[in-house]
Amino acid sequence: MTYTQLAILGVLLAIVWDLWIGRTRLLARQVFWMAYPIIVFFQLLTNGVLTGFRIVRYSGSEIIGSSTPEDAPPAFLGDGRIVYAPVEDLMFGFALVLLTLSLWVIWGRRGVQREPMSGPPMPALVPWLAKVGGRKPDQAPGPRSSAG
Amino acid sequence: MGQWSYLAVMAFIFLGAAWLEIGLRTRVLRRWRRLLLTVLPVVAVFALWDVYAIASGHWWFDEDLITGITLPGDLPVDEVVFFLLVPLAAILTLEAVRSATGLPVGDEQAPEPDGEADS
Repeated sequence: MTYTQLAILGVLLAIVWDLWIGRTRLLARQVFWMAYPIIVFFQLLTNGVLTGFRIVRYSGSEIIGSSTPEDAPPAFLGDGRIVYAPVEDLMFGFALVLLTLSLWVIWGRRGVQREPMSGPPMPALVPWLAKVGGRKPDQAPGPRSSAG
Repeated sequence: MGQWSYLAVMAFIFLGAAWLEIGLRTRVLRRWRRLLLTVLPVVAVFALWDVYAIASGHWWFDEDLITGITLPGDLPVDEVVFFLLVPLAAILTLEAVRSATGLPVGDEQAPEPDGEADS
């Protein structure tokens, strides 16, 4: 199978795992869709370094775009690439992250070190978090704050 | 940076995420048994994918920019570090968002009614 095919398969398997096999339903949770954009931002940044400096190189016969050139960086955007990396890497990353977070939730749900729970943040960070998140940082799980 | 280039990116990922353990009190590293039980299966699955992809020529590495240490299956040890640190960073991010927002993740003591998504 090509990288493109495997990446699509990986995404589908991770979704099936989250929704129906592991039944963690992270894809239906707001917390996932707040965390995932942060993760993707840093993926684009770090994977951009790995692929832009051609530390990792790809074969054009296995991805939507063309091969990493021998003597120059690949396209920054376009030719099947986003910030130098093949779009397939975003699918690979999605599958990796979703499977990881689902397993983390499953172990907690089964009582493996559910405690100590995370939070609250350090007091010094609370004003900053309220600004970027638009909500009260130290509330217990429950209804959303109306702040912001 | 030569052969340390790949690992330098990995160091950035670790430092970029690890501060959340202190700043947002994520308590992920402290729960290291749960962390290992989560990360090790992920390493296994994605290392297999990596070995297949390397063997099939999907991708390869600039020999001058990685450590040069390889595991069976031509798997650079740099990649194993990737598969350890990226899941750790993802979990730290999820727990940081939980710390900052109080949103449920699905492992709370009193689970929500089945089939009901939070909003």
